Amino acid sequence: MDIMSFTATELGKKIKAKEISVKEATEAALKKIEAEDSSINAFVTVDREGARKSADEIQRKIDSEELTGPLAGVPVAIKDNMCTIGLKTTCSSKILHNFVPPYDCEAVSRLKQAGAVILGKTNMDEFAMGSTTETSFYGETKNPWNLEHVPGGSSGGSAAAVAAHECHYALGSDTGGSIRQPSSYCGVVGMKPTYGTVSRYGLIAYGSSLDQIGPIAKDVSDCAAILETISSYDRKDATSMERETYDFTSALTDDVKGMKIGVPRDYFGAGLDPEVREAVLGAAEVLQRKGAIVEEFDLSLVEYAIPAYYVIASAEASSNLARFDGVKYGYRTEDFSDLHNMYKKTRSEGFGPEVKRRIMLGSFVLSSGYYDAYYLKALRTKSLIKDAFDRAFKQFDVILGPAAPTTAPRLGDSLSDPIKMYLGDIYTVSVNLAGLPGISVPCGKDKNGLPIGLQLIGDCYQEKKIIKAAYAFEQTRTYECCDIAKKEVF
Amino acid sequence: MANVISDETIEYVGILAKLELSEEEKEQAKSDMAKMLDYIDKLNELNTEKVEPMTHIFPVNNVFRDDVVVNGDEREAMLSNAPEQKDGSYVVPQTVE
Amino acid sequence: MAQKQYETVIGLEVHVELATKTKIFCSCSTEFGGAPNTHTCPVCTGMPGSLPVLNRQVVEYAMSVGLATNCEITQYNLFDRKNYFYPDNPQNYQISQLYLPICRNGYVEIETESGRKKVGIHEIHMEEDAGKLIHDTWEDCSLVDYNRSGVPLIEIVSEPDMRSAEEVIAYLEKLRMTIQYLGASDCKLQEGSMRADVNLSVREIGAPEFGTRTEMKNLNSFKAIARAIEGERERQIDLIESGEKVIQETRRWDDNKEYSYAMRSKEDAQDYRYFPEPDLPPVVISQKWIDSVAERQPEFREAKMARYQQEYGLPEYDAEILTSSKHLADLFEATLLKCEKPKEISNWIMGETMRLAKEHDVEPEKISFSPENLAAIIEMVDEGAINRKVAKDVFEKVFTDDIDPKQYVEEQGLKSVNDEGALRGIIEDIVAKNPQSVEDYRAGKKKAIGFLVGQTMKAMQGKADPAMVNKILKEILEG
Repeated sequence: MDIMSFTATELGKKIKAKEISVKEATEAALKKIEAEDSSINAFVTVDREGARKSADEIQRKIDSEELTGPLAGVPVAIKDNMCTIGLKTTCSSKILHNFVPPYDCEAVSRLKQAGAVILGKTNMDEFAMGSTTETSFYGETKNPWNLEHVPGGSSGGSAAAVAAHECHYALGSDTGGSIRQPSSYCGVVGMKPTYGTVSRYGLIAYGSSLDQIGPIAKDVSDCAAILETISSYDRKDATSMERETYDFTSALTDDVKGMKIGVPRDYFGAGLDPEVREAVLGAAEVLQRKGAIVEEFDLSLVEYAIPAYYVIASAEASSNLARFDGVKYGYRTEDFSDLHNMYKKTRSEGFGPEVKRRIMLGSFVLSSGYYDAYYLKALRTKSLIKDAFDRAFKQFDVILGPAAPTTAPRLGDSLSDPIKMYLGDIYTVSVNLAGLPGISVPCGKDKNGLPIGLQLIGDCYQEKKIIKAAYAFEQTRTYECCDIAKKEVF
Repeated sequence: MANVISDETIEYVGILAKLELSEEEKEQAKSDMAKMLDYIDKLNELNTEKVEPMTHIFPVNNVFRDDVVVNGDEREAMLSNAPEQKDGSYVVPQTVE
Repeated sequence: MAQKQYETVIGLEVHVELATKTKIFCSCSTEFGGAPNTHTCPVCTGMPGSLPVLNRQVVEYAMSVGLATNCEITQYNLFDRKNYFYPDNPQNYQISQLYLPICRNGYVEIETESGRKKVGIHEIHMEEDAGKLIHDTWEDCSLVDYNRSGVPLIEIVSEPDMRSAEEVIAYLEKLRMTIQYLGASDCKLQEGSMRADVNLSVREIGAPEFGTRTEMKNLNSFKAIARAIEGERERQIDLIESGEKVIQETRRWDDNKEYSYAMRSKEDAQDYRYFPEPDLPPVVISQKWIDSVAERQPEFREAKMARYQQEYGLPEYDAEILTSSKHLADLFEATLLKCEKPKEISNWIMGETMRLAKEHDVEPEKISFSPENLAAIIEMVDEGAINRKVAKDVFEKVFTDDIDPKQYVEEQGLKSVNDEGALRGIIEDIVAKNPQSVEDYRAGKKKAIGFLVGQTMKAMQGKADPAMVNKILKEILEG
């Protein structure tokens, strides 16, 4: 029995049924990390001691039936931009190399309450800025399907850890596709909920109006169960939304009869890899055969989402990252002549090139004389993009398309040309601009054996519709994992 | 390339962002920023004259907290990450010239 | 050459710390004077991942000040981030309001020797205060205390409608009085709960355009403000007369040297890159909400002064003093509820109360005795139960320890002796013992009666009613 081969909810059931102990599950995960992570580098920090300690406590609570939820005792990995009390949280940056938060991210604290065993913190693009996990100060993460390729990003460590079976599920964050794109590249399921569904308290901000935490897991059922656990109305986050219900698992029914699915023609134009195109359209056909009504339509404005996104995200980031200045926490430069010199040296030494690039761009677009032309223009474009989605969702329940234009690029190929890297987010960023939920589900592999992801987008608050469609699609496939994942570690 | 970023602009943005770039980095930043702005200029193709800038996506308003003291003394926890501290305060280089 | 005549044009930016219990965006206490950083949390120290949540009371106070200064209330409000690096500002941005301030287009009326005039209020916006920097000269470093970081402020921006220091002081007094009446702040310049930045320019009288203005900071008292205005006016006129230009800049007033210094550095670009705060949803203020705040507005000073004169027949002087602080006016009105003698109460407040406040170094705002205890003293005097001398002594105990005066008088045996028969016996005895005084009185030295009264009071341990003692003495001496 390979404990690591179970999905999170399967393992949860076995722990509940006393077939597997929390300790066994935790040790299995730690062993797998020990064996594989030196080549994958999915983790920035592995908290062996903390995981073992909490495993014992959680087991006691399960035994006394204090903990009864589906995730009790199941090991999880957390993206390193979510604060964890007493556990280093670096955002994969030098500037936070020694930051130990005195508080928990709300999503993490909800997982803890549900009995999750936290294994450690996963690698990411520095401050979530990047699409490959190559901008991390702690070295790139590699795609477990092929170690010469990137896992995607920015939640590359989380997606790779799940794909390599180093954990049963992980949390990621998605500002412009940072959950869906790496999930697509790593052949796992990743979901970005409607903005405001999961509290952002304790999530180290990149683009505050776009950031959202979500699950990365082996299948759709896990995603629904995890989302149910981490979503909440949180009074500590003023943008948190009070929803009528936080039930998502009731949508796990294999039934898409009559569901209206829109396929935007503009998602299948130039730049899309033919193999990706084929796999995604194939998935649409599968759903059609299951009774969904699939229609093509023009979403419009697709090519304007990336420029609008980079203005808004960079502007917010330039302000959000101003607090990293060597005064209150994190890195401070060794030698400085005065206050401003300390600021400049600390920040120049502490941030990597991609982060600096975005801070510079963000500062520029907000600076005197450019605010209207760039920032307000981007906010107006965002409004148009939201309108385009509103029109589409009058017609359709779900929008179907690729999660990314290609499969995972080779390591080093993207960083040389930032704009090319930014274009990789073309199908994901508009979802963040409009605050919508989106899910990426594996739908095939290319000729090199790299996974392809199908993206399903829902109207705001309509997570259940995309969960339903994703689940129905998933039922037509068998779960596939990479060779590294299959290796049993003893 | 339509946008040209001057040395002065990069210098100025560096002051705003508190980033000190080497000569090499400055050249790179000039070219990167120009390219990005060219790309962003694509937005000018859109007529947004009658469109209001959308700051918040959802019509959620008036999220308030009651005026009740909940937090106690958390000084030790807050200061635990400070690069330098003294007498319960954060230490910074002299701020008066 | 004829001397040119210049006019000073002044606008003020007044920051007022609001009297909320908690900070604007977190549940930390705003209490003054805690040890450094003992009132801090992840939000007000700018920890990564922390998020602001707005204190409702801040909006209510801002609205109440706006309504009291005749402003329009903005229905759709947003907060904006003002970005600049400084260690007292933990996030390196301040959450403020630039584009849609909560109040706009108001005015207050001021009165100076040159008459009444309106000073326009351009806007009032809500924002957070910064922390405090303490300069450690020994160690060549500065220490940062974030206890004040996140304390709510309103910034009241006037129009450039003032022309003299006198008008500026009148405007500030008016704002202070109004805000104190609202209970929205204690408005103390010295402690920094009210701070004024002065925007000043000069122009030749009759010139159509304003001159270039400077902004002056660090003005900690009305006297400093008056001196700074005079100093800056002279500095600008000197520049103009010598053919130089006034530069638009921020200057720091040094009240000891009576001179202002430019606060400029290459590292301060003064480009704040404001943009809407994404962490805070809009504040939408309905007419219903405005009405409910308007309904709860207190009676302001002018109305109270008029009412005290009309309704209670108090002299203008009394009305002015009693309303000089909301606290005194409240004390007056609360006492009045227990004892319907307005002039008597007024006398006690203006006289003994103020005297004791000064003697014990208690600010008028901090006077804390119970109104019913003052009322009880007034009633006892009125009934003749105690004489005025005793009353003053008892009141001092009320002022310092808020004792129950009736009980105290009883316990200490301070009641006046009003039994005429008993008193007469004692007085006859004293008259018999002091023949010299009796002789003097009868010889026309009327003052001699004073000695006899004194002897009687002494024998009575101060408890006799002096009027009655006088009456009986006269009867005996003249009878």
